[in-house]
Amino acid sequence: MNPQLVMFEEELKQIQKIVDRLLQDSRSRTILLIDKNGSLVAASGSASELDTTSLSSLVAGNVAATGGIAKLLQEDEFTGQFHEGKGMSINLSLVGRRIILVVLFDKNTTPGLVRLRVKRAQDELVPIFEALAIKSSQPGSSALPEITDQDIDDLFND
Amino acid sequence: MSFINYSSREINCKLVYYGPGLCGKTTNLQYIYNKTRPEAKGKMISLATETERTLFFDFLPLSLGEIRGFKTRFHLYTVPGQVFYDASRKLILKGVDGVCFVADSQEERFDANIESLENLRLNLNEQGYDLDKLPYVIQYNKRDLPNAMSSAELARTLNTTQVPEFDGVATTGIGVFDTLKMLAKLVLAELRKGT
Repeated sequence: MNPQLVMFEEELKQIQKIVDRLLQDSRSRTILLIDKNGSLVAASGSASELDTTSLSSLVAGNVAATGGIAKLLQEDEFTGQFHEGKGMSINLSLVGRRIILVVLFDKNTTPGLVRLRVKRAQDELVPIFEALAIKSSQPGSSALPEITDQDIDDLFND
Repeated sequence: MSFINYSSREINCKLVYYGPGLCGKTTNLQYIYNKTRPEAKGKMISLATETERTLFFDFLPLSLGEIRGFKTRFHLYTVPGQVFYDASRKLILKGVDGVCFVADSQEERFDANIESLENLRLNLNEQGYDLDKLPYVIQYNKRDLPNAMSSAELARTLNTTQVPEFDGVATTGIGVFDTLKMLAKLVLAELRKGT
């Protein structure tokens, strides 16, 4: 069971810098960082043109299914996936055990270049997420405001 | 588990609708989708077979509004109910924050309910969860059918831990939002405890 994922401003800035550079270096269209539970963590490129909520859920489902296949084959995990389309292709790779790095690219680049650049980004992202996990598990790290019963009720009062 | 993004001030939670085949899990989500205002919902995705049975999952993202400046987003999932899709069901339970068990009230589905509930407990345990410690509600669906058992009878076997329970007719929406609201409330209350 994975602990709760928490993202802070400072770490998001570091992450954003890495994915923005990956977007440029790999000459890809869009980069998404997705939690394995299907939540979008960060994005770069033309993400606003896409339904990133649906994409995140389906990618997470896809990775979960592939993980299930790996388990059946007594393989720890398949760390990468590649879907080739006529116009658009997708490279999926894992960052640590919790995050999925999604690169959407077209004919403007090659799968080889994407994979090469992804490797570097992965190496940089892993320690950030590891540090984030430690930080968020420390008591008092949470800045979530006090939620009252009234707050929860108010959410449903329309 | 939930994802709290302090940077974008968002809380994301995952709710899973579980239950035997054809009990009405997808119908619950479809009703919620149809009755939710467009700005509060995303696209509903159904990975289904040609005969419209859920193959992998249905997915519906909902934004319920803000709590203390944090946007609350709920990701609703259903599992495939058919017994032989167990491997897929396990995957959907990963990272779950709250569970709704949709029971089929029809007498001839009583055993299927029991089997599915046992399967839920087992699959949660495999993922390191305990159903008794999770936000959890039960909906007795198909209350409108003539062969429906009484809710009390169903509860005696299916709700031994006395979690919040609701009568439902998912096709017409009876009990659908009451069930969802209670589950969302329990999840948010749990989140408050954990922070």
